[in-house]
Amino acid sequence: MSDQNTFLLDGEEIAFTPGQTIMQAARAAGKYIPHLCWHPEFKPHGSCKLCTVKVNGRFASACTTAAAAGLEVENRTAELDDKRRTMLQLLFIEGNHFCPSCEKSGNCLLQATAYELEMLTPHFDHFYPDRPVDASHPDVMLDFNRCILCSLCVQASELVDKKCVFVMGGRGMKGRKIIINSESGRLADTDFSVDDRAASICPVGVILKKRVGFAVPYGQRTYDKAPVSIVETEAAK
Amino acid sequence: MSEKKKLRVATTSLAGCFGCHMSFLDIDERLIDLLELIEFDRTPLTDIKHCGPCDLGIIEGGVCNAENVHVLREFRKNCKVLIAMGACAVNGGLPAQRNHLDLRDILEVVYETEGSLAKGAHIPNDPELPLPLNKVHPIHEVVKVDYFLPGCPPSGDAIWKFLTDLIAGRTPHLGHGLLHYD
Repeated sequence: MSDQNTFLLDGEEIAFTPGQTIMQAARAAGKYIPHLCWHPEFKPHGSCKLCTVKVNGRFASACTTAAAAGLEVENRTAELDDKRRTMLQLLFIEGNHFCPSCEKSGNCLLQATAYELEMLTPHFDHFYPDRPVDASHPDVMLDFNRCILCSLCVQASELVDKKCVFVMGGRGMKGRKIIINSESGRLADTDFSVDDRAASICPVGVILKKRVGFAVPYGQRTYDKAPVSIVETEAAK
Repeated sequence: MSEKKKLRVATTSLAGCFGCHMSFLDIDERLIDLLELIEFDRTPLTDIKHCGPCDLGIIEGGVCNAENVHVLREFRKNCKVLIAMGACAVNGGLPAQRNHLDLRDILEVVYETEGSLAKGAHIPNDPELPLPLNKVHPIHEVVKVDYFLPGCPPSGDAIWKFLTDLIAGRTPHLGHGLLHYD
């Protein structure tokens, strides 16, 4: 017997409470919808489009679409995962994602999502952009080669830390970037601290705590133990 | 019943470190099983200099100089199926980390202005040396590639799974634990 507040996710009935998004309801029900810029603690940003699902046959971001009774939502279909894989490939070629030298490898949501969706090649021609590294801060370094513009650091610094250390600035393919909110543009000249929420929010390897990079060796990290779809559904319990 | 014809396989390392070939040897005693199914053409193991007609071509490393381009095209021309093995062949890898720098600046620093060089050192200019390309490229930017096997290097188990799937006529499937970019 179907409850009033339920929708179908890949044919399975999912209960929701009014006000929840499709992403929130799916997660609460232990279902994994791939995502990068969405984080359960923050407002949805809706920019990465990895969580694109089909709602009654139309594309929509699961993180920004409200759950409603009777919706038919497609999630892990071959068609959607294929489009997600293409979006991941575009993210990989736009930045410099060189996993073999990255401290975040094995703990990186971008990498783990690409494993989940079996991305075997970046497919497109690489941009190899010239992006800066900021090692000025005594406890944290920034490597913008890996930034995917999810804006989670912006939200965490503004809403949790009340500091506004990071802001999104610029326009266009080359202009859009995270800017450090200090006159010099260097992290050392802000009041950023290693204990800030923003210091541990980055889903990729941009914001890195110094001196702990390889405390846990490759092979024993979060997504080495289980694929992201399992890690995410376990975390939601 | 006649014996099944062995698949002919060629391998090479372009702008790579031979780490993927070392990992290939890490399939250990399974090499003996593999040799029941394949025979080698050009590869560092046979020292054959040019690739003849083959069923499989396995490329380690990206493309960083003119010779790499010639070898890669020779492989593509001769191999029915071409495989990019390892991070460098798949996305340029470590050598591609020079891509955001100017090639002349790099050569000048390494061969002319670096402090520990002998006096009068200069950028090598021997006609025997292949000319470096302005940028390092993954091999799919130069020729059509049929399959990709990422990893730096892919583990022996990943290479074994990939090759046995392919030889058995299945689409190679690595899955969690074997699919790695690092």
